[in-house]
Order: sequence, then structure tokens, then C-alpha cells
Amino acid sequence: MLEVSGLRKVYRSQRREVEAIRDLTFTVDDGELVCVVGPSGCGKTTLLRCVAGLLGPTGGAVRLAGNAVTGPPPGMAVVFQEYGRSLFPWLSVHDNVDLPLRQKRVPRPRRAALVSEALTAVGLDGTQQSNPWQLSGGMQQRVAIARAVAYEPSVLLMDEPFAAVDAQTRAELEDLVRALWQRLGVTILFVTHDIDEAVYLGQRVLVLSASPTVVQDELLVDLPAARDQLHTRADARFTALRARVYEQIQAAKGAQPNTAISS
Amino acid sequence: MIRRFLTVLALPVTLFLFWYVASRTSESFYAPPLRTILVAFGDTWTWPRLRADVLPSLGRLAAGYLLAALLGVGLGIAVGASRRLRAAAEPVLEFFRAVPPPVLVPVIMVFAGIGNAMKVIVIVSGCVWPILLNTVEGVRAVDAALSDTSRAYGITGFARLRYLLLPGAAPQIITGLRQALSLAIILMVISEMVAASNGLGFTIVQFQRSFAIPQMWSGIIVLGLLGFVLSELFRLGERFALGWYHGRREAQRRS
Repeated sequence: MLEVSGLRKVYRSQRREVEAIRDLTFTVDDGELVCVVGPSGCGKTTLLRCVAGLLGPTGGAVRLAGNAVTGPPPGMAVVFQEYGRSLFPWLSVHDNVDLPLRQKRVPRPRRAALVSEALTAVGLDGTQQSNPWQLSGGMQQRVAIARAVAYEPSVLLMDEPFAAVDAQTRAELEDLVRALWQRLGVTILFVTHDIDEAVYLGQRVLVLSASPTVVQDELLVDLPAARDQLHTRADARFTALRARVYEQIQAAKGAQPNTAISS
Repeated sequence: MIRRFLTVLALPVTLFLFWYVASRTSESFYAPPLRTILVAFGDTWTWPRLRADVLPSLGRLAAGYLLAALLGVGLGIAVGASRRLRAAAEPVLEFFRAVPPPVLVPVIMVFAGIGNAMKVIVIVSGCVWPILLNTVEGVRAVDAALSDTSRAYGITGFARLRYLLLPGAAPQIITGLRQALSLAIILMVISEMVAASNGLGFTIVQFQRSFAIPQMWSGIIVLGLLGFVLSELFRLGERFALGWYHGRREAQRRS
């Protein structure tokens, strides 16, 4: 279980302090897919970086399976928004997926199997020897997803992974994430600014307020587990949930507290 | 391919021909006809001479350059990766970089004598700065997203150096190495001109002092050729090491 309790993050520079996150508390159960949405600039990425152990919180704690996260925990994989900048351009697609496994000291035959399974699962057979920059944006993000999948994480963090790909690719990748999640039983925390995406993907949606951030609302997505782009998005329940999230985000924007505390 | 080859060769050949024709009737003692120089070239740069003078020069050059590369890249990675070290070291580095390397020759002679060690030290002390400063810049410029990714996937320690910092900084490191290569040749020649008993710089000065002017010119041509061959070799090495970099730039330009 992933627990975020009383998380607070203040960025300090010489002149001023910016409170990015005020007080976030939520949990994600094992095997759950939770989406986090919020108005732009509400500290979604800060939250994700804290959860990933890449950023130390100012207050509160992140716990993974009961252990406090103080650095990047093993068993956690991350997919970032900037696919073009999160793959090693000097390594082939195969080596990009393989390198984290080598660091984890996975035996060679097992690594070979994991890499090719993961690349097959994201539909990238036959690109193993290419360099990432030879692929399209959508394919590059697939490589990043394959890398995360091959790592066999218990928790997968995704930071607006599809914000920079075109709409059709995005729909494909959303379905890919749901399919992988259902197959692997991994816990996913998916950060996005796209309301439709959050409702379409998640079992639960956390709506964040504007910065300094708190949890504005939390809702259960009571849509059937089998979802598809055409019918789910036309479903009346989907529309209702979407409207609710939209309202909450509007409310969050309206009630914008002061963002900077001068010191 | 043949066309490219011709384009590359056209200008040097033209210049050479121009020199040849223009100097044909020259009676100046100091600028003899190119024909005379070429004859002297053939007579002077025989195998024993190459072994006695060019090989020692190349040895000093290689030793100094490689040492400078090791030192520059090693220190540069350390300084670039640590913010505190960088803040402390940068002003000092800029100072040393600003000192014209040839002025170090007399200073180094004082404590290192006039042997091979002196020449190698001169080359190292001049070449290390562009390599070092470029490496620092290169490490600083390593993409933050890629650095985060590496941390998240446990790519730390030696693997971070091997798979993130070194290749990430490679384009700048190579820029530094290229600058250092031409500096190394200059410093090799200067240090041999000032104090040596063999080597290219020494030989050229000897010819000048004994008024063997065509031979002196031929030595200068040898130096030019040496520089050209080394920079071509460097280009080959770069193309191999930075294949990904040029490929990606090409891909970005197309899209």
C-alpha cells in the first residue's frame, strides 16, 4: 500500500518561499489505479517527485508498504512526460529497457525474456536495435512504458505521460496502460491534467486544489472494468463523473488562496 | 563520394599550384621556389630522420595529450557533478585557462629540466583546461529529466558515470578535446623549439639557424600534414563516439 500522509512541500529560494503543496493525505491500495487531476500549476509533478523519492518533502511522509520513502525505492518505476528526454539517446531501445534490470542484477536469461516480453506487450517488436530518436513520439513513450513494465515494479508512477503525444496515439496508449494494469496487477498512480483521461483510466480520481495544494475531492469511478474509447466515453455515468471532476476543478481554481508567502 | 572527395581536395590543390607557380622564379633566399622545397622535402624526411625526430615528437604529443584528456575528463566530471566543488573551483579554473600556455614553458623548464618530462608537462598544462572546462559544462548540461530517470531506476554510482554522465557530456568533452588537440601540437613544437635535442620543433629551428631555408620550409609542411592527419583521425573517432548525437540532430532537423 502506498500512503501519503500530511505531505507538505515548500520551495525555498533566497528571496521567497513558495508553498507548492500544503497538506496531502491519501492512500493507494495494492493493485489499484488512481488518477490525480488538478488545475495546472497545482503541484502534481511535485507530488509525484516526492512519491518517487526524487524530492524530499518539507513535512509529512510517503510510505510504501510501511517503509518511509527517503530515496527512490526499489520496486517503483516512473514514466515521465518528456519521453524525448527520459530515454538514453546513446543507447538502443533494447539497452534502454535492459539497463535498469542490469542495475537490479537480474540474471541475463531472465533479462532477455523480460525485455522482449515488455517490448512485445507495448507493440514494439522489431525496434530493439533502433535508437529512441529514430522512433515517433508515441513509440518513444511506449519504450518508456516498456522499460517500466520490464522493471516489474509493484508501484508504477506516471507523470502526465501522454501530454505530449497526439490525440489518437494518446487514446491507444491509454488503452495500453489499462490493459497492462489489468494483466500485471501493478499499483498505478497516474498524474494528469486531462479530466477525461483521469475518469477513463482510474478506479478512483483524486482532485487536487490549486496551489498550495490539498485534496479537493475524491471520487470512485464506478464504471465497468472493461472500458473502451467509444462506449465508455459516451456512457452517461462517464459524462456525469467527468462533469463532477470538472466542477471541482473549477471550484478549486475559484477559491485560489494566496500562493506565495513572503518571508 | 568521388565528388565529395574532389570538393575537399580542390582548394588545397589550387593553393599548392598557386604557390608553385608564383614562387617558380623566386630568387629570394628566404622564400625559395616550391620546387626546391619539395626536393629538400624528399631529401630531408627520410626514414632515419622520421624515426629520430618525428617519432619522439609524436610520443611527447601522445603522452601529453592523453594525460591531459584523462585529467581533464576525470576532474571535469567530479567538478561538474558537485555544485559545491564547482562554486569553489570555477574562478580558479577560469584564471588558469586565461594564462596563455606558451608562457608556462620557461617556468616549467625551471623545475622539470629540458627532458621529455618537461615537454609532456607543458602539453598537459596547456591542454587540460579546455578539456576540463568543457567537461564541466557538459556534465552540467546533462538533462535533468534523464538524471531523474536514472535515479528512479537505481542507476547510481559507477553506472551513473558510465551510462549517464560520460555519454551525456560527450559532445562537450569532444569539443574540448578538439580544441586541446591543436593546442597540443602548438605546445609540442614550442617546447621543442625552446629546449630539446631532437623533435620537429628542434629540427625546424636547427634548419633556420643553419640557413637551410628549403629544409626549414619542408619541416613546416611536415607539421601542417601532421596536424591535418591528426584532425582527420579525430573526426573519425568523433563520428564513432557521437553517432547518436549527430543522428538525433539529423532526426530533429527533419521533423
